[in-house]
Amino acid sequence: MKTTGTRARHPLARFLIRRILIALLLAWGITLVTFVLTNMVPGDPVAANLGQRALGDPAIVAQWKAEHGLDKPLPEQYLLHLQGILQGDLGTSQQSHRPVGDDLAAFVPATLELAGAAILISLVLGVAFGVVAALRRDRLPDHLLRVLSLIGISVPTFWLALLAFYVFFYRLQLTPGSGRIDPGMTAPGPITGLHTLDAALTGQWDVFASAVGHLITPALVLALYTIGLLTRFTRSAVLEVLGQDYVRAARAKGLPGRTVLFRYVLRSALVPIITVAGLAFGSLLSGTVLVEAIFAWPGVGQYAYKSATSLDLPAVMGVGLVVGVVYLIINLIVDVLYGIIDPRVRLQ
Amino acid sequence: MKITDLRVDIHGRQILKGVSVTLHEGRVHGLAGESGSGKTMTGLAALGLLPHGARATGEILHNDRNLLELPAKELNKVRGGEVAMVFQDPATSLHPMLTIGRQLTEHMRHHLGLGKAEARARAVELLGKVRIPGAGEAYGRYPHQFSGGMRQRIAIAVALACSPRVLIADEPTTALDVTVQAGILRLLRGLCDELGLAVLLVTHDLGVMSAVADEVSVMKDGLIVESGPRSHVLRTPDHPYTRSLLASLPESPLAPAPDEERS
Repeated sequence: MKTTGTRARHPLARFLIRRILIALLLAWGITLVTFVLTNMVPGDPVAANLGQRALGDPAIVAQWKAEHGLDKPLPEQYLLHLQGILQGDLGTSQQSHRPVGDDLAAFVPATLELAGAAILISLVLGVAFGVVAALRRDRLPDHLLRVLSLIGISVPTFWLALLAFYVFFYRLQLTPGSGRIDPGMTAPGPITGLHTLDAALTGQWDVFASAVGHLITPALVLALYTIGLLTRFTRSAVLEVLGQDYVRAARAKGLPGRTVLFRYVLRSALVPIITVAGLAFGSLLSGTVLVEAIFAWPGVGQYAYKSATSLDLPAVMGVGLVVGVVYLIINLIVDVLYGIIDPRVRLQ
Repeated sequence: MKITDLRVDIHGRQILKGVSVTLHEGRVHGLAGESGSGKTMTGLAALGLLPHGARATGEILHNDRNLLELPAKELNKVRGGEVAMVFQDPATSLHPMLTIGRQLTEHMRHHLGLGKAEARARAVELLGKVRIPGAGEAYGRYPHQFSGGMRQRIAIAVALACSPRVLIADEPTTALDVTVQAGILRLLRGLCDELGLAVLLVTHDLGVMSAVADEVSVMKDGLIVESGPRSHVLRTPDHPYTRSLLASLPESPLAPAPDEERS
């Protein structure tokens, strides 16, 4: 028997701490990468922000540069940038003339609400569909779900968004139009910045219903790709686990089919499913830019696009940092879930 | 348990062509034969665990009921409860993400309706019975924290948890080191004698067979070609196939060159 006697008493806690430390290190890396990439982009922020006449006057150019800290050498600019981040200061947007932090606080929650709803829908439907397809392998439900997931994976999101908007809002008038809540309603909160959650927390159920109504179509549109992806992956993961000896052993113990499915099959199949879901969240975030544009959803995708085209460097770095950190958090969650599900990960 | 004229076909191909075996309490019945002869299928059929697309006919009588005709719910009560199984590879037959305590107690609680504490007490007792050192501590561990031999002992404890009357052991020592094999076989033999279990020992290894079996059946191409008491079948075989199997044992004077591998 392998000895495990000297093993730490709280393996999960140790595992967590190690993962969080690694995540912090990566977060620092993100600040460096966003800074370097943003400054390497060809294009002159001065030219992008000052008019023709101002550009001709060296004194104005120098003053503008000094105002935005662009007159200092790059390493010093980076240190100032890093110091700012630690103090919660992401600089001032050259476009909106507001602190980038304030801008992000206004736009990021909208995107997180959209992407979060989409990933939740994808997980619930994708995993359920995948399990059904695996259990009814090569029969009608499997074939139907194969077609559905193929459509989900291959249909471009922007086209689907336009179609959904046209059919459900314009023609059938089933769903409310663009934006996050009905015009004329006051946004709840802001507690978390997520309108659905804030409305529920403050008990404004009419606002909650409106927010959910506005959320559902863009979230479904955004989710269709990940639903298709997760259906395919869940199906193959479940099929693989179904062939394992321990599933046969569980049946040989006379456990009810439901117990075998949930305790034995799904637990193992969850590991690849979580991996794919974490990666899919990334593609979801990039998908939001188009969906936000079509549904007039005031999210960070719109903000990123406007900042990038006007070379608003602090804003671009701010968006880069936020998106990077969101990825980091998703990866951290995925890692921790591995550790919770699989003792071999946690006890190593 | 009495298996009579068991026939199994998968997608039209006949795997078993009329197998009859009778198991008796307190006795080990060895089922020998090369890979693909249908020995494992015979074991799986007894628990209704045949692979997808397989059809079984014939009779598997246990407590005056034909297991092949039982509805799924009744069959689930027999599985684990009255007839249990030990599989070939203990590295894959225990779920890697569940504690062995969980895997030992879940069917006890389901079949016998035991409470958590009772099930735990019985599980620790069983771990002691299959000679797992530090049974109380082992209860909360995961399979990967045990060696192959220990895992197979645990798998045997899992099989015995609901006090079955019949134990089907499918190549229980094949995946283990030779030194560990002897221990597992002694354990199986001891449990069979002590608990009065009827054991069907499926193996391709005639050495294993001669160590523990009371009766031996030899299978070839889905049929039993020879059956009888161990001493008779292994010492004075009647069938030419049995003789060729015996001749293929390395210690036999008729042994072939080492490159002709036994399967």
